[in-house]
Amino acid sequence: MSVTDVQRSALGEDVFDTPAGVNNFSIVAATVNGSGSQTANTTLLRALFKMGIPVSGKNLFPSNIQGLPTWFNIRLSKDGYTARREKSEILVAMNLATAAEDIASLPAGGVCIMPSDWHLKESRDDIIYYTLPVQQMAKDSGATADRRPYVANMVYVGALAELLGIDVAEIEAALNFHFSGKAGPVKLNMGVVNAAIQYTKENITKRDPYRVERMNANQGKIIIDGNTSGALGAIFGGFTVAAWYPITPSTSLVDALSEHAKELRVDPETGEHSYAIVQAEDEIAALGMVVGAGWAGARAMTSTSGPGISLMTEYAGLAYFTEIPAVVWDIQRMGPSTGLPTRVSQGDILTVYYLGHGDTRHVCLLPGSMKECFEFGWRAFDLAERLQTPVFVLSDLDLGMNLWMTENFDYPDKPMDRGKVLSAEELTKLGGFHRYEDVDGDGIPYRTLPGTDSPLAAYFTRGSGHNALAAYTERADEWEANLERLAKKFETARTIVPRPELDETPGAEIGLIAYGSTDPGIIEARSFLEKRGIKTSYLRLRALPTEETFQAFAHKYPHIYVVENNFDGQMHKILQTEAPDVAGHIVSISHCDGLPLTGRWIAQAILEQER
Amino acid sequence: MAVQVPPSGPNVNLIGLERADYKGKPSTLCKGCGHDSISARIISVAYDLSLKPTQVIKLSGIGCSSKTPAYFLSQSHGINGLHGRMPSLATGATLANRTLTAIGISGDGDTGSIGIGQFKHMVRRNIPLVYIIENNGVYGLTKGQFSATADEGQKLKYAGLNEFPPIDVCLEAIVADCGFVARSFAGDPRQVEALLKAALSHRGTAVLDIISPCVTFNDHEESTKSYTYGKSHEQVINDFTFIPAREEITVDYEPGETADVVMHDGSHIRLKKLDHSHDPTDRFAALRLLEETHIKQEFITGLIYVNEGRPSFPELEHLPDAALATLPQERTRPSREALAKVIAEYA
Repeated sequence: MSVTDVQRSALGEDVFDTPAGVNNFSIVAATVNGSGSQTANTTLLRALFKMGIPVSGKNLFPSNIQGLPTWFNIRLSKDGYTARREKSEILVAMNLATAAEDIASLPAGGVCIMPSDWHLKESRDDIIYYTLPVQQMAKDSGATADRRPYVANMVYVGALAELLGIDVAEIEAALNFHFSGKAGPVKLNMGVVNAAIQYTKENITKRDPYRVERMNANQGKIIIDGNTSGALGAIFGGFTVAAWYPITPSTSLVDALSEHAKELRVDPETGEHSYAIVQAEDEIAALGMVVGAGWAGARAMTSTSGPGISLMTEYAGLAYFTEIPAVVWDIQRMGPSTGLPTRVSQGDILTVYYLGHGDTRHVCLLPGSMKECFEFGWRAFDLAERLQTPVFVLSDLDLGMNLWMTENFDYPDKPMDRGKVLSAEELTKLGGFHRYEDVDGDGIPYRTLPGTDSPLAAYFTRGSGHNALAAYTERADEWEANLERLAKKFETARTIVPRPELDETPGAEIGLIAYGSTDPGIIEARSFLEKRGIKTSYLRLRALPTEETFQAFAHKYPHIYVVENNFDGQMHKILQTEAPDVAGHIVSISHCDGLPLTGRWIAQAILEQER
Repeated sequence: MAVQVPPSGPNVNLIGLERADYKGKPSTLCKGCGHDSISARIISVAYDLSLKPTQVIKLSGIGCSSKTPAYFLSQSHGINGLHGRMPSLATGATLANRTLTAIGISGDGDTGSIGIGQFKHMVRRNIPLVYIIENNGVYGLTKGQFSATADEGQKLKYAGLNEFPPIDVCLEAIVADCGFVARSFAGDPRQVEALLKAALSHRGTAVLDIISPCVTFNDHEESTKSYTYGKSHEQVINDFTFIPAREEITVDYEPGETADVVMHDGSHIRLKKLDHSHDPTDRFAALRLLEETHIKQEFITGLIYVNEGRPSFPELEHLPDAALATLPQERTRPSREALAKVIAEYA
C-alpha cells in the first residue's frame, strides 16, 4: 500500500525483518475514514492483548472527517517488539478506492480478506484471497440502514477470529469494554461476528500459516495512548489551570484531561473543581492564560502542536525572561506549515529548544514511553516551579495517539516541589526580597505570589529590561548580569532534568543516541544488528539540556549515530553544539516521511554508515 | 470579645493605610499626559475604598498606557505582558486566584488593534477585572501613528489623514455582552473616580474607555482627543452616586427621582433620573446612543451600560472560594488508590 510502503521502496530489498509465524505477524485493515472501523480495530487489538500476546496498534489516518482512506496496523510480536513494521502479512481490504495498491503491497504468501460483493478480480497468484459477502451480512444483521456500514466491519473481526484462532470470548469482552457494557450494541455486533465465523467455517478453507496462540506476556499491563497518559500525569501532578486551542494531534490530551479530571478532581460533596480548563480563542491566548495563571501561582499547562508552538513563541519568550513556570505539551506532527497534520515527526526540536527571540533556551522533556508520558506529566510541574521557567514536553503523534502496551504507572515518588516561593511570614523575617537576585548561587531567584498578605511581597513583572530588584533598567551591566544569571540557572537545570537511559554493550564501538517515539525502532534495530554481530550501545535522551551522562557517552564511542524522525537531523545539530569537541564524529541518521521509523530502516541505515 | 477599632484619622483610611501607601514609582510619561491623571484617580479610589493593595493585581499589555501600572499601587503585584494580549494573562491569573481584585490597563492600540481579539473574548467570558482603555487615538511610543480609535478625517503630523472609521471599544464591549461599559475623560477627575468605584464592584469585566489626551502627538487643535476638545465637547449622559456596600444608604432624593442598580458585592449605583438622561440598564438604548453619537461626532461620557446578571468566568467554572494556586496537595493530587482505579479502566 502506497502510504506505508515508502520507507521500504526507498531502501530496496529487505535486509532485516522478523520472520512471520505464530503470534508474529501484522494485520492491516484498510478502510474508509469515518466508517466506524475503529470499533472493529480496537476490538481486535484488545482481544489479542487479552490473549496475552504482545500487540501494538497504529492508526494511519487522513486529515479528514469522512471519506478518505485510513489504515489500522496491528502488530503481534511474541518477542514484544512494538515498533512499526513496513509490511503486513494480512490485509483486510475494505476500501475499494485503495484496494489495488493495498493488494499490491502484500508480500508473497500474504493474505487478502475482502468483500465478495466487490466481484474484484483476484489478480495475484502469490497471495491467498478469502472473500466474504460483507454487505449481505451487514444487511442480515438487523442493523438499521445507517448502522450497516459500521457493523460491516465486524465481518472481518469474525473472519479473522476464525482464521487466526482468536478467542471469541475475548472479542465479546472487548466489545463489552468498548460499549461500556451496553447490551444492545454488543449483541448487534456480536451477531455479525458470529455470522462471519459461521460463514468462514462453512465456506473458507484456510490456506495460510498465520495464527495466534494464547500467551502470558501481558500480565499487569494496560493498553493506553500517550496523550491519555500525559493527561493523567498532569492530573496527578496537581495541574490547576489548563488553557488550550484545538489542534491535531494534541486535542485528545485535553479531552482526556477533561474526562479524568471530572472523575478525579471534583469534590464529591461540594461539586467544586480543583482545576479549570479553558478552551482559548487561539494558541497565543492559550499560553497567555497559562502564563497569567503561573504568575499567580497555579500549576498551569497547555497542549498543542507545531503551528500552535509558532503562535506561542512570544509568550514563551516572556515566560522565560520573566521566569514564570508553565508546562507546554507539544504533540509533534509533520511540518513545516500545515504539513501533514495526522502524520508524525520529531520536527519541533530545534524550534522549541530555542523558542523566542533573543537568547532563549528552554528545558525540554522527551518522553519515550507511556510510563514517561505519565511521569513527565507530573514531573514537568515540579521542574517548572523549581526552575521558574516554561518546561516543554515534546511528545509526538505516534506516542500521543497510538495505542501502546505498558507496565502500570508509578505513583509520584515525592511530594510536589512548589519551588522557591516566599510566604508573608518569611518576608517579615527577611525584611523583604529581591525578585531576581541569585541568593543561593544556583541562578534561581525567589518569588512571591500575588495575594501574599505582606506589604513586602509585591514586585513588578516585566518582559523589558530588569535588574535584580525587578526594577526597569537599560543599564548594560545590569542587563548582562541578568543574562548571566539566567545562563547559570540553565546550568542548574542540567543537573535536575531527567537523566538519559543508558544501555551499554561491552565491546561496542557504536553508540546510538535517540529520543521519544523512535525508541521501539531502535530496540528492534539493535537486535537485528546484534544478530549480524554488530554490537551497539544506546543512550536514550530524556531531556534537554544534556548532562554529564551524554557527555561521557559522546566521548566514549568512536561512532555516534543520532537517530531521529525529522529531515534536518535537529537533535544531531543540538548535540553537536553541546559536545563541540567531538562534534565531528556525531553522525545524523534521520528520516522523515510522516511514519514512525522502523527497526529495519534504522538497522540498514546504520549498516550503510558502517560499510 | 474585644472590639477591633479601625484606625482612623484624617490621614488614614478604614484599613489604616495612608494615601502614600497606594502610590507607585514616579511616572516616566510625558509631562501632562492624561494617563498620569488616570493613575492618580486609581490611587485616590483605592485609598477611598480602602482596598487592600496586597489583594489587588495590576495587568497591562504594551504601550504608554501599559507602563502605568508601575506608577500606582506599588504594594500590589503587577505584570506587564505582551502587546494586546493582557486579557489572556488576566484570564489565567483570575482563575488561579479568584480572590484578588484585578485592574487591567490598556491603550487604544493595545485594545483596538493588536488586542481586539483577546479584548472581545475577555468580555465574552466575563473575566472579573476592571479593564481601562487609556484612549488617545494615537501610538505614542512609536511616535505618532494612528490607532484604530482615531476619528475619521483626523490629521496627524507624521501619519497624515485618517481615512478609516474608528473602532468604538464601548460598542464592541456591549456587542460582546459586557455588563459594565462606561466612557469618561481624563480631564474629568470626579467622573473618572465615580466610574472607577462602580466598576470595581462589578461582577465581571468592567470596560472603562477613558479619553486620555496625548500631549506630545495628539493634543493639537484639530484633534478630537485633546484636552481642549474634551473640555469643550464633553456631554455627560447621566449622573449617579456610588454607594459602597459597607455604607448606610441614606435617602437624599424623592422617590421616583432615582433608580438603584444593585451591584454583585452589595453596593449600589444610584442613578439620578433627569430629563433626557440615558438609562444605562437599557442595552438597546446604549447601542443606539453610541451609534448616534458616532454619526453626530459627539463626545459623550458616563455610564453607558450596566448589567449585573451575567456570572463571571470563575463563577461558571465551579471553583472553590479559595485560590486554586494555593490549594493544598491533598486537594490537587489524587490518592494512590485513585491512580490504581483509573489505570484499571485501561487494563
